[in-house]
Amino acid sequence: MSATNPAPSREPLDFSELQRMAGEILGVDADRVQLDVSFARDLAADSLDLVELIMAIEDRYQVSLPPERLEGMRKVGDLWEFLMEQHGAA
Amino acid sequence: MTGSDGAGVRVAITGMGLVTPVGTGVEAVWESLSQGRSGIGPITQFDTTGYPTQIAGEVRDFDPALYMDRKTARHVARYCQLGLAAARMAVEDSGLRPSTMDPDAVGVVLSSGAGGMEEIERGHRMLLDRGVSRISPFTAPMMITDIAAGLVAIELQAGGPNYAVVSACASSGHAIADGFEVIRRGDAVAMIAGGAEASLTPLMIGAFCQLSAMSRRNQDPTAASRPFDLGRDGFVMSEGAAVLVLEEMGHALSRGARIWGEVLGAGASADMYHFTAPDPEGRGAARAMRAALRKAGLRPEDVDYVNAHGTSTQLGDIAETLAIHQVLGERARTVPVSSTKSMTGHLLGAAGAIEAAACVLAMDRGLVPPTINLEDQDPQCDLDYVPNRARPADVRVSLSNSFGFGGHNASLVLGRGTSANSKGA
Repeated sequence: MSATNPAPSREPLDFSELQRMAGEILGVDADRVQLDVSFARDLAADSLDLVELIMAIEDRYQVSLPPERLEGMRKVGDLWEFLMEQHGAA
Repeated sequence: MTGSDGAGVRVAITGMGLVTPVGTGVEAVWESLSQGRSGIGPITQFDTTGYPTQIAGEVRDFDPALYMDRKTARHVARYCQLGLAAARMAVEDSGLRPSTMDPDAVGVVLSSGAGGMEEIERGHRMLLDRGVSRISPFTAPMMITDIAAGLVAIELQAGGPNYAVVSACASSGHAIADGFEVIRRGDAVAMIAGGAEASLTPLMIGAFCQLSAMSRRNQDPTAASRPFDLGRDGFVMSEGAAVLVLEEMGHALSRGARIWGEVLGAGASADMYHFTAPDPEGRGAARAMRAALRKAGLRPEDVDYVNAHGTSTQLGDIAETLAIHQVLGERARTVPVSSTKSMTGHLLGAAGAIEAAACVLAMDRGLVPPTINLEDQDPQCDLDYVPNRARPADVRVSLSNSFGFGGHNASLVLGRGTSANSKGA
């Protein structure tokens, strides 16, 4: 694994990293990205924003979100839970 | 100044917004144009190693955050960022507040020749490198050529007629012509009209290199765009945006708006000749100019200034010269004709609008901008091209030409406004 590679899935998950990425992609301050906030209602993220965020997460953590789970991604916590599952499975 | 269109509707220019290689904002651009300052330099937006042409007119130090929020800036292509910036400036300059008006009152015709080229290239690279699932969901809306008009409507809450007119390098000439007609036919009170282009990308520059259409004077960028000069070796591509607020004259006067100028007529035609080369006799261009003058109800001797398409290509410069002779006759011998592309480079789909603005400013300031780098005039180009130095002149009526690949021609006839320094009209 080269030093320049994105973090491998076995690297400890860091919520602040998810906050940073979501903040940048959704154009909001990172500290507004909390587990119980809604992507659509609280962060004004539409479906395209969410797809973009998930693509970035997939690249960053080398995971793949099945299309059928996209529908269930309503809150930041849903995405974090998915990442925890993937991390545990790695 | 009176337009003599059949409907009797006069169309004022009440706002201008400019983001160009020779400056951002009306006064910065005018300072460059009136002083003969070139905006051409080395391309910095990508590595041009191996490219025969390595120079262009870039908009330097552009900060999208001044004109839109972070998320919007991330989700639109550069041409849209430039276009929105110019539209915001133009509307602010006009004093209009579309969000407080009837949603049908203000429309947008914002054109581009190429649209979001860098997003097409980025998306395609992603497709080839990593497969379809890695294409951004924003690629489609970012790359299309009409989205700047939609973006401006969203951001400024202007809900009238909304689209882009695409005719290559004549796109924003046609956009202004169309905005003028929309107001004349009563479909809007005001139109935000112009063009935006940001095509200094590896594929676009490469493709135009392959046409052998662009200057290769890489060692001397500010001398590269030299319309009507024997030493020219092609045009110089530029990026930027120029937007005018067109407004029904009565509406503009009733709210005490500054009248920068007036759109008096517009003409359009096709060369019917070749994909990229102009009709060598300039017949299509001449028909567009005649149509614009006819619509304005003006005669050749009424034209005080011609802002030429003048791209700095041999074929184009000669054909346009012939066309001006055909249309203006005796007047062609004395009328000042200049190509501001000698300074700005060629803004492609934004060229018609920046040049319309140059005409408005020439009339407003009583000063005709020069054709710079004109040192050894092509004997086949025998007009007064206002070489190298701006010239004071009482300009009441200007003719602005824009011609595009595909043989699209657009000509605008513009009149002086009431804010002009040099009164007397």
